[in-house]
Amino acid sequence: MPRLTSVRDLQDMRRGLTSRGDPIESGTPWVAVCAGTGCLALGARKVIDAFKEELKKRGMAEAVQLKETGCPGFCEKGPIVVVYPEGVHYVKVSPGDVPDIIEETIIKRRLMDRLLYVDPVTGARGVHEDEIPFYKHQTRHLINDNIKIDPKNISDYIALGGYRALARALSAMTPRDVIEEVKRSGLRGRGGGGFPTGLKWDSARAASGVPKYVIVNCDEGDPGAFMDRALMEGNPHSVLEGLLIGAYAIGAREGFIYVRAEYPLAVENARTSIVQAREHGLLGEEILGSGFDFDVRLHRGAGAFVSGESTALMNALEGKVGEPKPKYVHTSERGLWNRPSLLNNVETWANIPLIINRGAGWFSSIGTDRSKGTKIFSLVGKVNNTGLVEVPMGMTLREIIFDIGGGIPGGKKVKGVQTGGPSGGIIPEEHLDTLVDFDELISLGSMMGSGSIIVLDEDTCAVDLARYFVDFLCDESCGKCVPCREGLRQMRDILNEIVAGRGKAEDLKTLREIAGLMTAASLCALGRTAANPVLSTIRHFEEEYLAHIREQRCPALVCERLVSYFIRPELCIACGRCRENCPQGAISEGEPIEEGKDPFMVIDQSRCSRCGICYHVCPSKVRAVVRVSGKSSDPSHETAIDKALGGDSGWRR
Amino acid sequence: MDAADLDKVDEIIDRYRGQEGILIQLLLDLQSELNWIPREVISHLSERLRVPKSQIYRIASFYKVINLNPVGRHVIQVCMGTACQVRGAHKVLDFTASRLKIKPEETTSDLAFSLKKVNCLGCCSMGPVMTVDEVYHGGVNLEGAEKILKNLS
Repeated sequence: MPRLTSVRDLQDMRRGLTSRGDPIESGTPWVAVCAGTGCLALGARKVIDAFKEELKKRGMAEAVQLKETGCPGFCEKGPIVVVYPEGVHYVKVSPGDVPDIIEETIIKRRLMDRLLYVDPVTGARGVHEDEIPFYKHQTRHLINDNIKIDPKNISDYIALGGYRALARALSAMTPRDVIEEVKRSGLRGRGGGGFPTGLKWDSARAASGVPKYVIVNCDEGDPGAFMDRALMEGNPHSVLEGLLIGAYAIGAREGFIYVRAEYPLAVENARTSIVQAREHGLLGEEILGSGFDFDVRLHRGAGAFVSGESTALMNALEGKVGEPKPKYVHTSERGLWNRPSLLNNVETWANIPLIINRGAGWFSSIGTDRSKGTKIFSLVGKVNNTGLVEVPMGMTLREIIFDIGGGIPGGKKVKGVQTGGPSGGIIPEEHLDTLVDFDELISLGSMMGSGSIIVLDEDTCAVDLARYFVDFLCDESCGKCVPCREGLRQMRDILNEIVAGRGKAEDLKTLREIAGLMTAASLCALGRTAANPVLSTIRHFEEEYLAHIREQRCPALVCERLVSYFIRPELCIACGRCRENCPQGAISEGEPIEEGKDPFMVIDQSRCSRCGICYHVCPSKVRAVVRVSGKSSDPSHETAIDKALGGDSGWRR
Repeated sequence: MDAADLDKVDEIIDRYRGQEGILIQLLLDLQSELNWIPREVISHLSERLRVPKSQIYRIASFYKVINLNPVGRHVIQVCMGTACQVRGAHKVLDFTASRLKIKPEETTSDLAFSLKKVNCLGCCSMGPVMTVDEVYHGGVNLEGAEKILKNLS
């Protein structure tokens, strides 16, 4: 393993890699298979094994390099395979496709139509990334290299120009120059707060006290966000390089990478990247011969949402309970072990090498007035093309959902989007033309947060979703301060009553009052923002709350207590799946209406707990179980049932 | 716990000799060796590290990943992240719980299965997501969950 002791060593290593016919830059064929957690969940491991076996069988294992790469973001269509040098992009590849890919695409250089992406609207096939709408409308600087890099191999990163920014900072810039560059770029923290990164660096540099620490926050707890996972798993050296530059800028000799326990692959790849950087002399003493010493430790989280808050994370790094502390003094002045500590989110760190390499002017030319650069969003929920999308700040939600995301599945209508995780809010359809940047989303009562965009269709109940977030936060509140702990519990109780049809007229007023108190008096950001999902849904979907409270009705047919289930006898094939799965034993075979008629199932409404399992297990070709709004015990409700069942079809029996 | 197990525990403690702030990392390592953190281990840790038991319990009970009770041979996690939630994860959880006849966060009496809720595994594109013994399954509807459970029993 070559230890790099100067900038020249690094350049020589890069030159050596590219001239040796490294597959990334030369014209030899090679295959990239996404080995991110998403594609692995869809069977990428078997595809990789099939490639290994088939290439070996054909004696091509030497000639064709196989790379297990990071995640390019199009998780919806995984496992993803890209065949280079042409960059042919195949989707939903199964192990059975592998011999054909080798025979047709690698040997005969022919396309395989059946594995190409097909645009569901135009029917056009996309061969390369730039012909697939999901990628075409993105601006990818941070996740672009993921599909070209084996994250477990530092050489891949170096071959693509990795650690060049570090070399530049160490050899041609003073720490002050680095901070000025970051300040001029206009980069704001990607973890959710949007605080200007350069200012934070400046105060950590100016703070007195040694040692100083730099910290990577990869405790991506926001449910629905996974960009930090993709970066940490897919291109860990880009994060490490950013961290090294930050350490140089503020004068830190020690750093930490905090990765949440729920991301085992990110833990593994971060650990490997640290080991390899050490072996190459990119961590340790005298880095690249510059006199700069720095090393990193990896810290695994143990499952606590609140530990992603900066002071809580620092407590956890000290081996203590990961609870927040009041921030009378910024952590950049007194953080970990009361020393100046610079903590940034994964994506913030990954932006640093780009800024140093391409300049603050380039970076600030992307984005809006006050939000610069690109942002990775996780586009998920009820949308056709789910995955990670990197776009310039200032794209509209509608462009993201429809141009990149390809719209809503099943011809349903979009109801809104949820952004910002449990600290964010729900933005209704009429505001989808809003430009996405830090400030615009806040003005709508939501926030950017770490960048989750969860698309909701008409089957989502706004009240139920607010209840879900409050429930989530109730579990995750550390309990240290009263406003957050008790406020969340009270809100949960009220929302549980509303979704059960027992809401009271004054509930909305009470919810607003509790929310105001929590926002004003909670200790940390978790509590201060915890009411946002409730406030934003009341603001934008008040009529839905009123339907639950006044009419005991759930318009989206979601809230279990307000929906009843019936089986349409004429559709039922009496397969028995619902009876088998009913936890209440409420389903039995009905008395045939006439002799010789087909058998069917009936739900005993007095025993039904309205869990909806029957609705979901009924075979999709049959769909005999129907949902009806309102309570089955209400006599006036019978008309609604008759309507849903298509006339009196015997349900009363 | 027998002597061999305690030797193992000592070996893991020794890895962190001389480092600060390692208690959480130690508990995670011990758990990956033993599957859970038995009472004897906490006593032993307390003696070796000279840290009060109460402090170790405080940390062990704060973090979700640390098990203070034995876990089943198969650990099933159902992701309750928002993306999975809007695609029906709670149904998958209810269904799995009713099939295993336990509540979430419980273990069957024969120690065969533990069922856990997890707040987002970061595979939001393919929700609902369920993991069985660290193998990820995406796009799990009730039919899929049934199949997965059948393959286990």
